[in-house]
Amino acid sequence: MDWSSWWDTYSTLVLSIGVYGMLALSIYLTLSCGLLSLANAAFMGIGAYMSAIATLQFEWPFAFALFLGTVLPAAVAFLIGIPVLRLSGVYLAMATLGFGEVVRVVLLNLDITGGPLGLNGIPPLTTWWHVVLALALTVALLQALRRSRIGRAFEAIREDETAARLMGIATDRIKLLAFVLGAAIAGLAGGLNAHYTFTLSPGNFGFESAVDILTMAVLGGIQGVAGPLLGGAILTLLPELLRGLQEFRMAANGLILIAVVLFMPQGLWDPARFRRWRRSRGTRAEA
Amino acid sequence: MFAQQIVNAISLGSVYALFALGFTLVFGILGVINLSHGGIFMVGAYAALLLLTRFEIPFWAALPLAMLAAGLLGLAIDLLILKQLRKRGAPHLMPMIATIGAAILMTSLSQGLFGSETRRFPLDLFDQESFSWGPVTIPVLQAGITALSVLLMLLMVWVLKRTRIGQALRAVAESPKAASLLGIPVERLFHLTSFVAAALGGAAGILIGLSFDAISPFMGQPMLHKGIAAIILGGLGDVRGAVLGGLFLGAAEVFAVTVLSSEYRDALSFGLLFLVLLWRPQGLFGASATRSA
Repeated sequence: MDWSSWWDTYSTLVLSIGVYGMLALSIYLTLSCGLLSLANAAFMGIGAYMSAIATLQFEWPFAFALFLGTVLPAAVAFLIGIPVLRLSGVYLAMATLGFGEVVRVVLLNLDITGGPLGLNGIPPLTTWWHVVLALALTVALLQALRRSRIGRAFEAIREDETAARLMGIATDRIKLLAFVLGAAIAGLAGGLNAHYTFTLSPGNFGFESAVDILTMAVLGGIQGVAGPLLGGAILTLLPELLRGLQEFRMAANGLILIAVVLFMPQGLWDPARFRRWRRSRGTRAEA
Repeated sequence: MFAQQIVNAISLGSVYALFALGFTLVFGILGVINLSHGGIFMVGAYAALLLLTRFEIPFWAALPLAMLAAGLLGLAIDLLILKQLRKRGAPHLMPMIATIGAAILMTSLSQGLFGSETRRFPLDLFDQESFSWGPVTIPVLQAGITALSVLLMLLMVWVLKRTRIGQALRAVAESPKAASLLGIPVERLFHLTSFVAAALGGAAGILIGLSFDAISPFMGQPMLHKGIAAIILGGLGDVRGAVLGGLFLGAAEVFAVTVLSSEYRDALSFGLLFLVLLWRPQGLFGASATRSA
């Protein structure tokens, strides 16, 4: 099989690996700050619809459409983040789940979003280098954050929020930053996704998608940026590999969630485990 | 018209309340949000359907048997998943994620086993009559559903308030550690709670399946959302709050359709939940001032 026919068959899959990697990174960002937010699918939806409306109905340039698709979810996240982030733990998870459901129903009932039919015939503007560039920028940003004071603050808040606040960290502002940045990344991923799948429907951004995104991050592990990318890639490829299972295909996702939580709570990508392996092999070599 | 709406609201709300009751019980006693409660609800409905159609068991026997099946499923989830996480002292997000996994697994398995299409309980099973009382018409079936859910709820509240087991359960809810020092078999009560909560969830599944005349593998998740809304409206872990929250939600949905367009009905429960969390995170009926976990 030559390259161009391979690409015709698999381009959607390859682009999806990158886009879902970004989504997994967006939830990694909030999780690394100790926040379980289930709103990222909704932010992805807002970004996807915003940029698709920009190119489809207003025929604005793609770059500007992606910019809008990044900024609008971030702005929404800023507005709801101020009150919502006062909550923590399960209360935050429930509130963000509720927000996601409200977004889904609003997308379902607005005229400009095409209602239950969604949007069709979105121009195919996303090419591979858009995804690579967006992913590279996201990874670079997250890596830079991780090594900065803000990244240390994330870690401090995750370990003990009260202690972090007593150390003088402006926990409210830092959490809001993680939430807004996560929404921006998810929105950008949504905008890219809309322009290679060509169609959008509100059902794509409901609770199931929120859970899918969470599964990617949990499976990969949230010890660094490699984990979510790995989890995103595995869960994007898995349905293709399990195609023979048909209706039972989703069962694999369920089993993965349970198994990872029970047997591998740090996820697949766990640098501490890798170090342990290396050390145990080292001692065996000496003996 | 208005009286009829009130009857409808109570009827819908009482089943929501029954679902929310089991849901909140698990949170109050195990300290866990069991997101597979919607899956258990769906399995309860399918279990009753199988018993009625495949094994042709009469309804009065199929109901408790299906509740038993749902209860055993809840017990299995507790033993296989929640207990392992308790032993490890896992952070509170872990049980949520694992039970989401269990819910996906249940939905997918029933989709594979029973197909995705909507099924119905056999219609000739029940009296199609209804009795009228002034302007109000109540189908016998609807009255039976309401009566059954109220009965189960009253039974549950009686057990919690008046029996020794209920007393022990309330002690565990207060502090598992202190309860275990007093010689209460905490682990056994966790198992019991998971079983009873799931049985109530299964019963709610059967009753919703009857009242909407529809059973599908995907019925669990919208109900889970309503359950979450109900227990947050009522205050997490609060039994009385869950019942009031469920009734309130039922009423809100019934009356919203007369005011709002029906498309927005599904957003209503979550809109309410969202507002309540922002304004009174302890719930509309909750008393304690701080809840952070």
